[in-house]
Amino acid sequence: MASESTSFPTSLTPSHSGLFLPAFSLWWREVVRFYRQKGRVIGVIASPVVFWLVIGSGFGTSFHAGDAAGQRHYLDYFYPGALVMIILFTSIFTMMSVIEDRKVGFLLSVLVAPVPRSAVVLGKVLGGTTLSTIQGIIFLVFAPWVGVHVGLGSFLLVLLTIFLISFALTALGFAIAWPMDSAQAFHAIVNLFLIPLWLVSGALFPVAGALGWLRLIMRINPLTYGTEALRGLLYPNSSSFALGSSLVALIAFAGLMFVLAFVMANRRTTRPAA
Amino acid sequence: MASKVQEIAASHAAAELSVATISIDDIFHRYDEAIALNGVSFEVRPAELFALLGPNGSGKTTLFRILSTLMLPTAGRALIMGHDAAKDPNSLRRQIGVVFQAPSIDVKLSAYENLWHQGHLYGLHGAALNQRIDEMLGRVALADRAHDRAETFSGGMQRRLELAKGLLHHPSVLLLDEPTSGLDPGARRDLWQYLRILRDQERVSILVTSHLMEEAERCDRLAIMNQGKLVALGTPADLRHEIGGDIIVLDSPNPVTLASKIESRFAISAKVISRKVRIERENGHRFITDVVEAFPGEIDAVSVSKPTLEDVFIRRTGHRFWTEADQRFQEAADA
Repeated sequence: MASESTSFPTSLTPSHSGLFLPAFSLWWREVVRFYRQKGRVIGVIASPVVFWLVIGSGFGTSFHAGDAAGQRHYLDYFYPGALVMIILFTSIFTMMSVIEDRKVGFLLSVLVAPVPRSAVVLGKVLGGTTLSTIQGIIFLVFAPWVGVHVGLGSFLLVLLTIFLISFALTALGFAIAWPMDSAQAFHAIVNLFLIPLWLVSGALFPVAGALGWLRLIMRINPLTYGTEALRGLLYPNSSSFALGSSLVALIAFAGLMFVLAFVMANRRTTRPAA
Repeated sequence: MASKVQEIAASHAAAELSVATISIDDIFHRYDEAIALNGVSFEVRPAELFALLGPNGSGKTTLFRILSTLMLPTAGRALIMGHDAAKDPNSLRRQIGVVFQAPSIDVKLSAYENLWHQGHLYGLHGAALNQRIDEMLGRVALADRAHDRAETFSGGMQRRLELAKGLLHHPSVLLLDEPTSGLDPGARRDLWQYLRILRDQERVSILVTSHLMEEAERCDRLAIMNQGKLVALGTPADLRHEIGGDIIVLDSPNPVTLASKIESRFAISAKVISRKVRIERENGHRFITDVVEAFPGEIDAVSVSKPTLEDVFIRRTGHRFWTEADQRFQEAADA
């Protein structure tokens, strides 16, 4: 058998087809596909508005009498937290597309192409990041109503922060979705881990006022640095963390999540990929 | 298993006519406790239309996953164009086009956009890619629908787009998993015709998995699988000829007794399969008269036929290709 299996001429070019072209194409497909689903587009525009008004107003009036944070209104305090929540939901749920793509054959057709797995992760994660960054920007439209007036420099830093949070959470969503075969299981994980993560990120109550053990959890929670960076940029002198250290923490978080997603996608096992 | 010396010697040999494009060498695969593949070896030659035929659970899907680099085998080796599926997946991936059973096209994209995206995954771009897309869309008769979204296409058109997607990068080997499932008879015929054109004009080696005997009949050679093992390998004609003669099937109220009576009376082998007596014999038409006269009242119905691939399967495995439950399930799935 072996004596017949003569080898074929191999070329000197690398066997895979590069990083950026496949990553660009996967990013492009993620974004185009999104805008062709009207329901998703409407959801993206409407949900931040509804979410912030309903929850924020409800909380705001209930907290108003005993407002200890010293801010004008709870809606102001809640605004950066709401922004992080919107990014969290959009980022995580765009990666449901990993599960959908696997259910139909689309993902398989990508996996049998000579594409480095890092390109697959990069393309899909940047696609989700783009969508949730756009959603974050739409939510920023409400900023003037909560007394936020930022200069161009701060605005760009806000965009950078939103991008970093989006990228980290989308990569986390990718890593969670990769081994899953059902949307239900994905929802369960999100409810179990990610919503509590947001609750203790300084989104609802400040780190400074928390109990000792809770304060420790909030300090090691990477989302806290996102919330605090945004709060500090939108309301100068209101964050307990320095902007620089928050951004460094976010960059580390994003890098780590990308590596996690890559490790998940790069495994080849004796189990079926679909 | 090949020795290192043999491997090196083989790699230095000039390309021969008999060089295998796909080479499966003693592959084992196990899912937890279940053995899916139990020592399968065969080769596919250049420009050959090759069928992997087997009932559900025979291991053909497992083998397809291993060949398309989606899964590592527990043991053994799969080579395509000399590249090892386990050790050098990207070199192998360049050589293969894969059409999965599940649709892989994005229905929210147009036919053109689907191919544009696919081309990028293979490093194609710019004018060369555009030209290749136009060429492929023309070949699968979708040029006039190039800019319509795939969700507006019929099942046959979507399958043709799948094929265009799999062939865009000029693969030397095309792997198709149950390519005709869900297609109407006209679309099935078109697909097979196109596969033959591809084999004859582009000299692509094509491996098709199928659970349909009549599809395997159209291939140059086939491998029949059952319970993780290869039970037959050869051309459809050769496999049928090995039976030599006709297949006689007798309906009887008491098949087991009838079979043993026939065996002692005529000194031939008679088997009971699915509660019918089954005999392989030359000049079947003459034999029936003898057997009906010999056992009056014990035979309800008689049939004589030329051997089919199913008869080959029965001869090698001792049971029918489909159990009755499978058959009903399959009919429901095809409907």
